[in-house]
Amino acid sequence: MFETKLTARGVAIAFAAAAFVAAVSLAHAETASPAAASILSLVVKWLPLIFTGFLLNLLVSVLSMAIGTVAGVPLGLAQIARHRVVQRCASAVTQFTRNAPWLVLLFLTMFLLPFQFRLFGQSIPFPAWIKAVIGLAIPVMGNVSEIVRGGVLSIPRAQWESAESLAFSPTQTVFKIILPQALKRMLPPWMNLYAILAMATPLIAIVGVQDGLTDVRGALVAENRTDLLLPLYATLLAMFFIYCYPIAMATRALERRAEVKF
Amino acid sequence: MDHHKLGAPIIVIKGVEKRFGETVVLREIDMVVHRGETVCIIGPSGSGKSTLLRCINALAPINKGSILVDGVEVNDPKLDKLAVRRKVGIVFQQYNLFPHKTALQNVMMAPVTVLKQDPREVEARARALLKRVRLEDKAGSYPGELSGGQQQRVAIARSLAMNPLVILFDEVTAALDPETKKEVLVTIRELAADGMTCILVTHEMAFAREIADTVYFTDGGVIVESGPPSQIFQAPQNPRTRAFLDLVL
Repeated sequence: MFETKLTARGVAIAFAAAAFVAAVSLAHAETASPAAASILSLVVKWLPLIFTGFLLNLLVSVLSMAIGTVAGVPLGLAQIARHRVVQRCASAVTQFTRNAPWLVLLFLTMFLLPFQFRLFGQSIPFPAWIKAVIGLAIPVMGNVSEIVRGGVLSIPRAQWESAESLAFSPTQTVFKIILPQALKRMLPPWMNLYAILAMATPLIAIVGVQDGLTDVRGALVAENRTDLLLPLYATLLAMFFIYCYPIAMATRALERRAEVKF
Repeated sequence: MDHHKLGAPIIVIKGVEKRFGETVVLREIDMVVHRGETVCIIGPSGSGKSTLLRCINALAPINKGSILVDGVEVNDPKLDKLAVRRKVGIVFQQYNLFPHKTALQNVMMAPVTVLKQDPREVEARARALLKRVRLEDKAGSYPGELSGGQQQRVAIARSLAMNPLVILFDEVTAALDPETKKEVLVTIRELAADGMTCILVTHEMAFAREIADTVYFTDGGVIVESGPPSQIFQAPQNPRTRAFLDLVL
């Protein structure tokens, strides 16, 4: 039921965002008289390019999230391992990657990773955007690790004991009893993390990846008109908003459902 | 109150001591449980009754003494704990069913996952067990949809599915209202009558008196007195037993 409400709301917000862009453009049209009429047409003209750049932002966000999750889940489990050394190391890595500024991590990976590598005698280029994916996947990994740790610890101790008393091994207990229950609690913060990551992707423009933000700046340079500044940035803003807002709403809906359940 | 004939010793506890830090929770515990015997452990809260059960199931390590389960030393550091737990089932006060699984899946899970038994064969057995605890029509229900008494009976069926030699009951009716309590007690009575070896920690004095072959009274981490229920309830030898029974009866 909430899905229909969600789409209706999303569409309403999208219209509101579009209206905002239009209003801003028209407001400028009032002040900058002769060339005014062309502002909307200029936005439309640059829209495909900005949208292509925006798609790269999304691609980077999806890949970073995927890599960060695949690496973060075992890291999170290692954080609750009985083996002291494993547990300490996992916690240290988690804390370090969670508490470092994303932009600094991004710069680090940009400069630490080679721009090409050799495989079977052939040199394969290592483009900047892939390095950016890795750079963003690092803090995602740390955050996913904490989400997994928190989710697992939120399951009552009695569930472990119950499984133990039925002769489940620790591995079987984690994968058959604990994680399936924790998943429901981990999903909302995981989605929240993804929304934050998606909104943080324009950081890659700073390290030289041609994303949506780079394209907006390129368009502004090409047109050399200050009255385009606001409409073009607002266009990119609207794209991010339309993408992230439904995720935020779905997260909230899931949280509400989890509240009722437990 | 008929005392059916008892078999060979199945659990032999000798000189067990259990500490939590500086606090001694169990001291000089001796107990022998025979195949088919029903043992009830009574005593005030905090007397170490539940801890003793957890030690038998290797859920809590002991500091001194020996616990033999079917000839296997539980206090052996090289012990395969899982091997002991396959022989000893435990039912908890708070049922502790797996909330993400149906009643049937709860019963089937351990035999399929741990013992690697054929799921079809296990399902047939699990359904029979649910029938035995009168819950055959709740096979598809999740724990959240069941009453406390029903959940507890699923927990008993889940424990039985592992074909244990002995089942430990840790105050299994303490969280239940009088009506649902009765359902669970009926199930346990039937189990005991069928010859299942049972050790119960309980506050249900009337029930203990009815089904127990042997009653142990514990206080302050020691076994104060033990014997057939007729002795413990009608002619307690120790003044501490008498004082406790005066309070609860």
